[in-house]
Amino acid sequence: MSMFSIFNVAGSGMAAQSTRLNTVASNLANADSVASTPEGAYRSREPLFAAVRNQLGAAGDAGGEGVQVLGVTESQAAIPSRYEPGNPLADADGYVYASNVNPVDELVNMISASRSYQNNVEVMNSTRQLMQKTLDLGK
Amino acid sequence: MNPSTPNLFGIHTRALDLWQRRSEVLANNLANADTPGYLARDVDFRKALATASGAANGVALETDAPGQIGGAGRSAEALAYRVPTQPSMDGNTVDAQVEQAAFAANGVHYQASLSFITAQIRMLRMAINGGQG
Repeated sequence: MSMFSIFNVAGSGMAAQSTRLNTVASNLANADSVASTPEGAYRSREPLFAAVRNQLGAAGDAGGEGVQVLGVTESQAAIPSRYEPGNPLADADGYVYASNVNPVDELVNMISASRSYQNNVEVMNSTRQLMQKTLDLGK
Repeated sequence: MNPSTPNLFGIHTRALDLWQRRSEVLANNLANADTPGYLARDVDFRKALATASGAANGVALETDAPGQIGGAGRSAEALAYRVPTQPSMDGNTVDAQVEQAAFAANGVHYQASLSFITAQIRMLRMAINGGQG
């Protein structure tokens, strides 16, 4: 355990939140994508976070070691179909299959991710200042 | 202050250790603010400091061989789960504002301990220099 592990913890938080921002960007970019089959349609993606527990660290350190991204899951919400016979991607019946991205959800997700990212940056900054003050001890 | 004691800075070095430990725990809470099912934790400072300064009468698990696994350390004993202010759908009990406030307060306490130590150093230096420098 050292003060440096706070940088690791905050860093893992920042990495996780930027993964989340990445998926939001991908979802928003593909909000209007269409496909000719329901299977081929874009599904909204979301990262899965989990806390990292360190195994029996030195001195029974049970504080944990940040957060990790276990994987990216795809939304199982229904794929909306639209009747657009003029669309070059339309199937034999004239339907195209749009993505199941909900832009409002994505925007809320984006704000939440950016706030959490800022929190981690603040933690890092404060820790850096405290370390600096500790280094200057006795001056 | 008795200069012959092994620890010149008294309780402040231990307090500093604990503040640092606590800031690590709080940083963890903030990093896991969006993790489903994560339970926010905090250090019970009174208990931890009592243990660190030997006031508690608990008996630590002895390990006399390198392969043995000791009991959970002092720092682990003093860790407690935070009581959530409001329930959330995903079982996460981190309240970002509460954690931020605790982290800020923790930083101030850390600086307070630091300034106590600085004062002690200044006093020692004055004693060494005989008030000349």
